[in-house]
Amino acid sequence: MSILTLFIIIPVLTIIGILSSKTHMQVKWVSVVGMGLQLLAAIGLILLYLAERRAGNMAEILFVQDNVWYETLNIHFFLGVDGVAVAMIGLTALVVFAGIFASWDVVDLPREFFTSLILLATGVFGFFISLDLFTMFLFYELAVIPMYLLIGIWGSGPRHYSAMKLTLMLMGGSAFILLGIIGIYFNSAPGGGQLTFDLIKISKESIPVNVQLFLFPFLFVGFGVLGALFPFHTWSPDGHASAPTAVSMLHAGVLMKLGGYGCYRVAVFLLPEASHQLGWIFLILATIGVIYGALGAIWQKDLKYINAYSSVSHCALVLFAILMFNETAMNGAIMQMISHGIMTALFFALIGMIYGRTHTRFINEMGGLMKVMPFLAVAYVIAGLASLGLPGFSGFVAEMTIFVGAFQNADTFHRVATIIAASSIVVTAVYVLRVVGILLLGKIKNEQFELITDAKWYDKISVVALIFGITLIGMAPLWLSDMITGGLGPIMQKLLAAAPILN
Amino acid sequence: MLIMRHELLLIAITVILLIVEIFLPNTQKRKIILPAILLMAAVTILGFFPGTPGILFGGMFQSTALSMMLKNILNIGVLIIFIQSVDWLKQDQNKEKVSEFFLLMLSTLIGMNFMISAGDFLMFYIGLELATIPVAALAAYERLKEKSAEAGVKLIFISALSSGILLYGLSMIYGTTGTMYFADVAPLITGAPLQVLAFIFFFAGMAFKISLVPFHLWTADVYEGAPVNVTSYLSVISKGAAVFIFTIILYTVFYKIAVMWSEVLYGITILTITVGNLFAMRQQNLKRFLAFSSIAQAGFILLGVIGQSQLGMTTVVYFALVYIFSNLGAFGVVGIISNRTGKENINDYDGLYRTNPNLSLVMMLALFSLAGIPPLAGFFGKFFLFTAAANQGYYWLVLIALVNTIISLYYYLLVIKAMLLNNSDQPIAKFKSDGYTRLGLLMCVAGMVIIGFTSVVYEMVFNLSFGLY
Repeated sequence: MSILTLFIIIPVLTIIGILSSKTHMQVKWVSVVGMGLQLLAAIGLILLYLAERRAGNMAEILFVQDNVWYETLNIHFFLGVDGVAVAMIGLTALVVFAGIFASWDVVDLPREFFTSLILLATGVFGFFISLDLFTMFLFYELAVIPMYLLIGIWGSGPRHYSAMKLTLMLMGGSAFILLGIIGIYFNSAPGGGQLTFDLIKISKESIPVNVQLFLFPFLFVGFGVLGALFPFHTWSPDGHASAPTAVSMLHAGVLMKLGGYGCYRVAVFLLPEASHQLGWIFLILATIGVIYGALGAIWQKDLKYINAYSSVSHCALVLFAILMFNETAMNGAIMQMISHGIMTALFFALIGMIYGRTHTRFINEMGGLMKVMPFLAVAYVIAGLASLGLPGFSGFVAEMTIFVGAFQNADTFHRVATIIAASSIVVTAVYVLRVVGILLLGKIKNEQFELITDAKWYDKISVVALIFGITLIGMAPLWLSDMITGGLGPIMQKLLAAAPILN
Repeated sequence: MLIMRHELLLIAITVILLIVEIFLPNTQKRKIILPAILLMAAVTILGFFPGTPGILFGGMFQSTALSMMLKNILNIGVLIIFIQSVDWLKQDQNKEKVSEFFLLMLSTLIGMNFMISAGDFLMFYIGLELATIPVAALAAYERLKEKSAEAGVKLIFISALSSGILLYGLSMIYGTTGTMYFADVAPLITGAPLQVLAFIFFFAGMAFKISLVPFHLWTADVYEGAPVNVTSYLSVISKGAAVFIFTIILYTVFYKIAVMWSEVLYGITILTITVGNLFAMRQQNLKRFLAFSSIAQAGFILLGVIGQSQLGMTTVVYFALVYIFSNLGAFGVVGIISNRTGKENINDYDGLYRTNPNLSLVMMLALFSLAGIPPLAGFFGKFFLFTAAANQGYYWLVLIALVNTIISLYYYLLVIKAMLLNNSDQPIAKFKSDGYTRLGLLMCVAGMVIIGFTSVVYEMVFNLSFGLY
C-alpha cells in the first residue's frame, strides 16, 4: 500500500468520526485533527518525493499502487503521482486545513457541513492521485456534488439559484468529460490488445488523429467549464458569491484547479495532435477570459463578486498558459494554479471574516477598516499585492513564468494574445488597489464598525497558514518549479513529437 | 426437477400461504405477514444455490445460469417490496385482504419466472399474461379509492391491448416460420416484409409493457392511482422482467435483423429518455414524478440493449439490479410518508431533513443513485450503459443521453432541495418508522453502496451473459 492511499483513508475516517461525534465542538475538532493529519501527510509526501528524486529515482510516476477493480472492463484503482500532482496535493491540503478554521462559526447543522466539506476534499484528493481515467472521473464528480448542498444550505443571497446553476453547469461539463473518456477508452489500443483507462499506458499509444479531433473539444470544454473557460464561466461569480466562506475558498482555491489540471493532464496530454490543431480556438477564449474577468472585477461592488471575477481571470490565465505548449509556460500554469489557489483562498477567507463582522460585502458601505481590524486589513493588503503580482509573493513568480514562456512563441498570433493577456496585470492592479483604498483606508463610515473586534485565534490560524504558503513560494520558488518541471517531461515530449512543422 | 427450482419453490410457498389463509379468521389476517416474508426470504436464499441449467418440455422451458440470476434479482426485489409493504398492510382498511396482496404478488412473480425462462413464444406469452393480470388486481387493491380503481381498469385495458398487439405479431412469426421455438425461429428470420411487420407488432407490445415513449401514456395515471407498494412493484419488478426477456428475445431470436431494430431502438431511446425527463420536471406528485423518472430510466436501459453484445446484456442486467435498489429506496420513503401523513407532493417535503433526517438521507441517496452520482451504484450502472452504447459507435446517442442525465439531475435535485434546502412552517412531523420499513430501506441503501464498490456482481453477471449474443 503506498502513501497515497492515506489521502483517501484519512478523509473517510474523518467523516466517520464526524458522523459519530455528539457535540458541535467535537465535530470541529475531529475535522481539525483529520485535516491536520492530511496536511502533515501532504508535507510528508512532498518531502518523500523530493528525497526520491534526489536519490536518483527518475521514474515517470512515483508511489504507484495498482489494484484491479473491474477486471473485464480493465478498470484499475491506479494511484501514482508526479511532481505536478504532488504540488497540487500540497495546495489542496493547505487550503482545506485553512478552510476548516475559516468555518469555525458554522452553527446550523455543523455535522452535515463538515461532512460535505470533507467529502468535497476527498473528491479533490482522489482526483489528483488517480491515474486511471475511470477513478479520476469518479472522484471528479464526487467533488462537484457536495457543492450543491454546501451552497444551498449554508450559502447566502440567491443561494438556491446559484447552487442549482453551478451544479448543473459543472455536471454538464462532466457529461462532456465522460464522453471524452469513453471515446479515449475505445481507442486506447489502436494496435490491438486490451482496452484500458490507464492514463500512463494510453499516453504511450497514439490515438488516431481524426478521433482526437472529435474528442478534444469535449474534453477541453468539459474540464474548461470547471476551469472557468470563457464563456462557460458564468456559474463561477454567482456560485462564489453565494457560497459560505470555506466553500468559496475550497472552490476557487482547489476545485477550479481540477479544471485546469484536467485540461493539462487529460485533454492535452492524451490528445497532443488535436491540441496543436484546435488549441488556437481555446487560446482565443482563454485570452478573452483573462481580460474579461479582470474588467468584470472592476465593475463589481460586492467583495465576493470582485474576487470571483478575478478568479475567472486568473484561472483563464492557467488555460492560456497550458495552450502555449512550451515548458516554461506550462510550468507557469502549474505555478499559477498553486499560487492563485492559496491567494484566492486567503481572499475569500478574509472576505468571509470581514463580512462576519461588518455584515455587508459592499465596498461602498465600508471604509477605514484598517483602524478597527488591523490584522485582517494587513492580511488583505498582502493578498492583494500577491494578486497583482508583486515580487516576493507567489503571484509574481507564476505570472512572470507564464508570460516569459508565452513570448517564446514567435508567431504574431501568440504574441498578440500574450500582449493582451499581459495587460490584464494592469487591470488587476486597478481593482485590487481600489478595493484596498476604499475598504481599509480613509474614514470609518459606519459608527457601528467602531465596535468591531479583530481576528479571533481560529481566524488567525487560517490566515497565517495561507500567507505562509504565498510567501514561501514567492521567496523560494525554485524547489517548487524544479518539482513541477520534473513532472512536465512526458507531456512536453508528446507535444513536441506531435508539433506540426513550422515554416 | 432442479431445473424448475425457482418456479416450484414459488408455487410451493403460494400454496402454503393459500392454505394458511383459509384457516385464519377474518380478523387475524395480519398474522400471515411474517410467515410470508420469511418464506420469501427462504426462497430468495435458496435461489442462490447453484442450479443445473437445462431444458424441459421439449425446449419450451429453458433454464440457464443467466435466467437463474435474473430470477434471483427479481426475488430480491419482491422480498424488499414485501418488507416495505408491512406498514401499509397493517392499516385498518387493509386488514381483511392482507393475504391477497402476497398471493397476487407471488402469482405475478411466478409468471415472470416462466416468462424469463421461456424457450418458445407460447410459454413466453403465458408467462407474460400470468405476470400482468394479477398486477391489475393489485393496482385496484384500495378499491374504494376512485383513483386506485381507475388505475386497475386502465392497467387491464392497456394490458389487453398490448397483449393483443403482441399476439398478432407472434402469429405472423408463426405464419412465416412455422414454429414458435426461439431456437427454430431465429435462423428463419430473414427480414421478409411480413416478419418485419411481425417484429414491429412484437416491439410495440413489449414497448407498452416497458412503457417506452410513445407507448407510455398509461404509466403516470396507473402509478399515481395504485398503492405506493404496487407502484414500486410495477416500476421496478414488472419493468425489469419485461426488459430482461425483451433483451433476450432481441438477442437470441431477432439477431439477424439487428441492423433494423437497432435503428428503431436508437430513435425510441432518444424519445423515451427525453420525453420522460421533460415530463418529470413538471410533476408535483411524487408518484407521478417517479413514474416519469422511471420512463426515462427505461430509456437509459435501452442504451445497453442497443449495445448488442455480451457487454450490452451485462450492463442491462447490472443497471436493472442497481435500479431496483435505488428506485425501491425512493419508493420506500414515499410509501412510508404517504402512509403516515397522506402527503405525496414535493412541496410537502419542505424541511423534511430537519424533522426526519434519516428518511431524507435515504431519499437523497436513492435519488443521487438514480441520477448517477458516485460513489453510489447508479454511477457505475450508467457509466457501463454508456460504455456499451459507445462500444457500437453510438457516440451521438451517448451524448444525447448524457445531456439528459443533466436534466434528470435537475429534477432529482428539486426533491433534494425541498428536503434539505427549503424551510417550511408546517414540515412533516417527526415520526418513528417501524422495524420492517427500516430493514427495507437499509437493504436498499446497502445495495446502492455495495454493488458499485465491489466489482463481484458485475463480473458475475458478465460471465453469465456469455454466449447470449
